[in-house]
Amino acid sequence: MALEVIGAGKSFGAFRALDEVSLRVTSGTVHALLGENGAGKSTLVKGLIGYQPLDQGQLLLDNREVEIPDPRAAQRLGIGMVYQHFTVAPGLSVAENLLLARGRLPLHIRWPQVRAELAAFMDRAPFQVPLDAPVASLGAGEKQKLEILKQLYLRNRLLILDEPTSVLTVQEADEVLGLVRGMAHAGEISVLLITHKFGEVLGYADEVTVLRRGRRVAHATVAETTVPQMAQWIMGEAAAPAAIDGDAPIRSRSPPSDETRLVVENLSAHDDRGLPRVHEVSFGVRGGEILGLAGIAGNGQKELIEVLCGQREASDGAVRVDGAPYHATRAQMRRHRVFALPEEPLFKGCVGALSVAENLALRSFDCPPIRRAGGLISFAALRAQGRARIAAFGVRPPDATRPIATLSGGNVQRAVLARELSEPVNVLIVANPTFGLDFRAVADIHARLLAARDAGAAVLVASDDLDELLTLADRVLVIAGGCIAHETTAAAADRAEIGRHMAAGH
Amino acid sequence: MAEDALTTLAIGLVGGAIRVGTPYLFVSLGECITEKSGRVNLGLEGILVAGAMSGYATAYLTQSAWVGVAGAAAVGLLLGLLHGLVCSLPRVNDIAFGIALMLLGTGLAFFLGKPYIQPQAPQLATLPLGAWLGDPRWASALAINPLFPLGLALTALLHWGFGATRLGLALRLVGDHEGTARALAYPVRRVRVLATAAGGAFAGVGGAYLSLVYPGSWNEGLSSGQGIMAVALVIFARWRPLGCLAAALLFGAAGALGPALQSIGYSAGYHLFNAAPYALTLAIMVTSARPRQTLAGAPGELSLTR
Repeated sequence: MALEVIGAGKSFGAFRALDEVSLRVTSGTVHALLGENGAGKSTLVKGLIGYQPLDQGQLLLDNREVEIPDPRAAQRLGIGMVYQHFTVAPGLSVAENLLLARGRLPLHIRWPQVRAELAAFMDRAPFQVPLDAPVASLGAGEKQKLEILKQLYLRNRLLILDEPTSVLTVQEADEVLGLVRGMAHAGEISVLLITHKFGEVLGYADEVTVLRRGRRVAHATVAETTVPQMAQWIMGEAAAPAAIDGDAPIRSRSPPSDETRLVVENLSAHDDRGLPRVHEVSFGVRGGEILGLAGIAGNGQKELIEVLCGQREASDGAVRVDGAPYHATRAQMRRHRVFALPEEPLFKGCVGALSVAENLALRSFDCPPIRRAGGLISFAALRAQGRARIAAFGVRPPDATRPIATLSGGNVQRAVLARELSEPVNVLIVANPTFGLDFRAVADIHARLLAARDAGAAVLVASDDLDELLTLADRVLVIAGGCIAHETTAAAADRAEIGRHMAAGH
Repeated sequence: MAEDALTTLAIGLVGGAIRVGTPYLFVSLGECITEKSGRVNLGLEGILVAGAMSGYATAYLTQSAWVGVAGAAAVGLLLGLLHGLVCSLPRVNDIAFGIALMLLGTGLAFFLGKPYIQPQAPQLATLPLGAWLGDPRWASALAINPLFPLGLALTALLHWGFGATRLGLALRLVGDHEGTARALAYPVRRVRVLATAAGGAFAGVGGAYLSLVYPGSWNEGLSSGQGIMAVALVIFARWRPLGCLAAALLFGAAGALGPALQSIGYSAGYHLFNAAPYALTLAIMVTSARPRQTLAGAPGELSLTR
């Protein structure tokens, strides 16, 4: 199925979100759509799927003009979308999720018959997911496969994938995108792939279109383009920062100190269901080094990081900072200068309804100069600190009084960085620092982490994105099934070997 | 003799489980439907009392106990509908509104129910299922109220319906993951409003049981917190209708402990044993809710456990 968009336009008030954008997805190909957050990718896609019809423009499906006023129309035409965040119900089984996606169910569901139909569909499908498993028990890669299966089950022929690999490991992403490309090249589907990752464009797409500020700035076949070329299209005329090369991590600096700042000894922890999840994990992080913690999501890294951030109690073992026992109390954090960037910073590191300035003062509101005599708070000092940190870390918009929940993801992360990195840092604990951010924000945040390391901090970074760890870290640990399964220096890291160890515990 | 007393006690507990457990069963099934949709209705206590009063009044005015049950269900439906609609407004907290509804329901029932405290309304006739056994103890324990078989049938219907009907699947989807339900174009708000209204109707029938069967009259001290305890009971039942049935019978037996002990001549601490259901509620909350773990089987969108 071929899709052509001619002269698409959309305005929100005076703001022109999409202006004269044309795009052609050829039948049986994967077409990548690149652009920064806010470049108009979502607006275009929402128009194609009927959530937010376009103001101007023609849509041609297999050279016939169509109108897509609502999502049901898109469904009737065979256009389906896989969202960045899973749209499956975790408490229901795979079979129930597939059935619910079909819509227009009979009043009484004859399960033996339905189950036989689903099993027959699953046999024909290019990949399998166990029908009777509760979705909550599936790994992220299997959930994403279920999302794609759902589209195939609905007999959709044009799939729009919105950053489908952002929650997957490298191996899972390779597998899922490989399957998608295989189906496209076999002529079964056509794909419009929204992504931030150049590797995915080069590896899996046939053509690429780049949007910037609501306009189409480039279109090319993937074979004829390069990463620097694409980066320049996305960023505009301004020179792209060096870090976006990705393959050339910055390593020119003094070697790490010999003193181990953060020591974790035989640490165990339970998960939210009360089951053991982290098993006697031990490691140390030296000053001036970044230790990367790699692993497939759900292998205990979340619980481990939460223990180190004081958000979860350890069931056994010990943590030491500068040789002293550490229980992540506020006094200990302050004495040992331990700072943290938790994952999902808006929920785990901020109070959404408080202003940016108040969030920036969460570590310092009870110390002078913000605390005044008699336990009162000086709001003038609080605002002054907020303004200074907003300026220093480039948080946008530069307004200290806004609730922090109204900021974009990249700017929430910048604000949290501003809070955690404005004072000298001894130990820094970081989890998935760039999840869902566009690559300008990624480059910015990576530079801040490297600067903290170069200033002598011991940095622990857990990330689901192996590429990110190999770019940033000096050493990489692999966690699988709650145990440390592998350790390597980043320089000697072998991706295939790391991948094997990551998969072992899952 | 001791053995005979134990048998009497056991028979008393079986009869009590059914007699005292029936209102728990209806209210907890109602709360189960509501919570499966992702909302909590703490106002069921108010609906229960309003159902008891309106059921009694309707039965008195029409001289038909069954019309009274229908009237109680209708009042429960309306109050549940009110909860469902108000909580669909932006930024309305379902727990806070539930507490308001609890006060509103009891207040309305006390205000409108004054004239019905004295007159005698027709009662639902019991089914003498134990008469053929020839033992007066069994005959009395198994003189079952007709609402209990109805509750059993509804339990089975819900158990089957949650898994094998369009309504059941849509209800569970909406309660489990709102984003998915929206992406699949299921009417999230309508499902929740209907689920809360249906839950209210169940609680209304539970109230009618109190005034038309056991204890069997209308007064202001009729309810002893069954509507509130149903919330704990649904958690204990892990949001399963069959679990609700088991839990209701357990709570019923606990509630019948005091009278059953008295019937074998053991009346020391009568009021202490009457507190058994409340102690059981506390014990269940302590054992099933731990600070560092989430509950298995809880609907994902439930504000109570999130």
